[in-house]
Amino acid sequence: MSEIIEANRIDTLFTERADHILSMYFTAGYPNLGDTRKIMKALQDGGADVIEVGIPFSDPVADGPTIQKSNQQALENGMNMKLLFDQLEGMRSEIDIPVLLMGYFNPVMQYGLEKFCAKCQEIGIDGLILPDLPVYEYRKFYKEIFTKYGLHNIYLITPQTSEERIKEIDDHTEGFIYMVSSASTTGAKGAVSEVQEAYFARIQMLRLKNPRLIGFGISNNETFERACRYASGAIIGSAFIDLLEKSDNMEADIKQFVKGIKGN
Amino acid sequence: MEQTISKYAVDEQGYYGKFGGAFIPEMLYPNVEELKEKYLDIIYAPEFQEAFHGLLKDYVGRPTPLYFASRLSEKHGAKIYLKREDLCHTGAHKVNNTVGQILLAQRLGKKKIIAETGAGQHGVATATVCALMGMECIVYMGEVDMARQRPNVERMRILGAEVRPAKSGSRTLKDATNEAMRHWINNPNETHYIIGSVVGPHPYPDMVARFQSVISEEMREQLLLKEGTETPDYVVACVGGGSNAAGAFYHFLDEPEVQLVAVEAAGHGVDSGKSAATTALGRDGVLHGSRTILMQTEDGQVVEPHSISAGLDYPGIGPLHAHLFDSKRGIFLNATDEEAMVAGVELSRLEGIIPAIESAHAIAALGKLTFKPYDVVVLNLSGRGDKDLETYIKWGGY
Ligand SMILES: Cc1ncc(COP(=O)(O)O)c(C=O)c1O
Repeated sequence: MSEIIEANRIDTLFTERADHILSMYFTAGYPNLGDTRKIMKALQDGGADVIEVGIPFSDPVADGPTIQKSNQQALENGMNMKLLFDQLEGMRSEIDIPVLLMGYFNPVMQYGLEKFCAKCQEIGIDGLILPDLPVYEYRKFYKEIFTKYGLHNIYLITPQTSEERIKEIDDHTEGFIYMVSSASTTGAKGAVSEVQEAYFARIQMLRLKNPRLIGFGISNNETFERACRYASGAIIGSAFIDLLEKSDNMEADIKQFVKGIKGN
Repeated sequence: MEQTISKYAVDEQGYYGKFGGAFIPEMLYPNVEELKEKYLDIIYAPEFQEAFHGLLKDYVGRPTPLYFASRLSEKHGAKIYLKREDLCHTGAHKVNNTVGQILLAQRLGKKKIIAETGAGQHGVATATVCALMGMECIVYMGEVDMARQRPNVERMRILGAEVRPAKSGSRTLKDATNEAMRHWINNPNETHYIIGSVVGPHPYPDMVARFQSVISEEMREQLLLKEGTETPDYVVACVGGGSNAAGAFYHFLDEPEVQLVAVEAAGHGVDSGKSAATTALGRDGVLHGSRTILMQTEDGQVVEPHSISAGLDYPGIGPLHAHLFDSKRGIFLNATDEEAMVAGVELSRLEGIIPAIESAHAIAALGKLTFKPYDVVVLNLSGRGDKDLETYIKWGGY
């Protein structure tokens, strides 16, 4: 390839800084159809380091009740892939931090994988998290297209993932590894348990090549700090969706929430 | 049960042509991978085969009869046999699979069982084998289905299973499957998920098809005795996810002279917006762990299906059937709610057999095929109508 490929913003971020990275997830189209850009801007202004924009799906099997509900509401509000891309068009004039799209594989497949990836590149998306697109399928059928459009595909590991597989995933990782904090669907939990900490420590000892972010069940400054002891940072989803549901002054509340998580 | 190599069999990676695979979140990977690595070795071990066939014979009541339905034959102008899966213990073919999977779960060292159910037949069949083996059982069932299949809910409870309502989405089989998968994500240790049809990530579609293949294995032996040939001209079966059809087709897949007829539920009519005729309305997509034909919006959201029969009320079909459709190996027909109900009463009046409404869809399709008088047709009568009495009564057209 002769063209110069711009460095992916995810790589730049992790090269510059290896700790206390906060990635924030929300579902596009929730609570209101037109909130997407407003939420993104407020997240960045509040100090979030990465934004994960959720593409809503009718059957989110890896998600707990909070994100299930936000998906359903977003679809009822009228969110779809085309509209989401319309909303994200031009976002790079105001958003500098890495942006990932997260969703289930079927809507991506129906949009057309190559068309989808091309659109992501055009808009300035840095990576994708597609939990039901497994490593084997990705490498065999889709990796080439993702790479062509400069997109990182983020892999998940869980407490049940074998060491052998973790090493294999580490060898093929682009960007960072998404460490699912416990055997569970998404959802905010109160605290990080001893069992979870033992797992975080075990993974830390493996000295993987790639940075890790811990997600699922991280909800406040305490759990964020706990995660940061063992990884480059953490991902918050359900707790943020809960906030969005309750908020009546979204921009201020988001900034305050992010600042609260980061403890400044 | 023999290990056969068919050109329609699943490949190493779990694909039937372009359909199948294992599109699952990483959280499910260890369990599904373990199953994939071990299922063939476990089920073809002589000790397993002995236990499996022993239970099929003495507990399920196999072989089920192949019954020559003379009055039905007269009406349709062909030699029609009914494969009497309705006479299986618990009232449907579903138990063939649950007997196999519970034995497998034991050999994997699992202690708890979860399942999804639509009509409740798979739930009952799962609760039954859990009672038999003394294992804990949780069955997810859509709220809508719990209301229309009340007797089966109570049967599961009598058998000691916990029935948990699935309250999301259309509150039918698709949503019960989502909930069962979520349960497995949250409880990966000691739990085996007994999927009730030839759907889900590889190796489920293949494993369930193998357990159900006893249906066509028996058909061949029985046809040889009754007709002097092992192969019929037609095999007809209804398709929800497609397990009874997969079992009925299995040993005929490589004989192109045997016409394989799959009958889907058209609900109020294929174009009514209230239908479950997947191949007529669906497109290539991914749901519940496999790539298959799926009813969905242009945006890739899964469409809520409709059928009067809870067991066919599913927006997809198993990847094997998607491949049979795509490769034109199968003939795919459909029958409406009304046609199925009429056919159910027709079979009751002609043969004294009240069929499950799922199976009644297959009967309704007989009228849509053109037979020669000497054609041998085997219709897989997947279940009995006891569970559907309320639906028959509410419909009232008898
Ligand atoms: C009697 C009967 N037939 C058919 C089905 C549909 O399932 P499958 O397509 O997997 O055979 C069901 C499902 O509940 C059933 O109870």
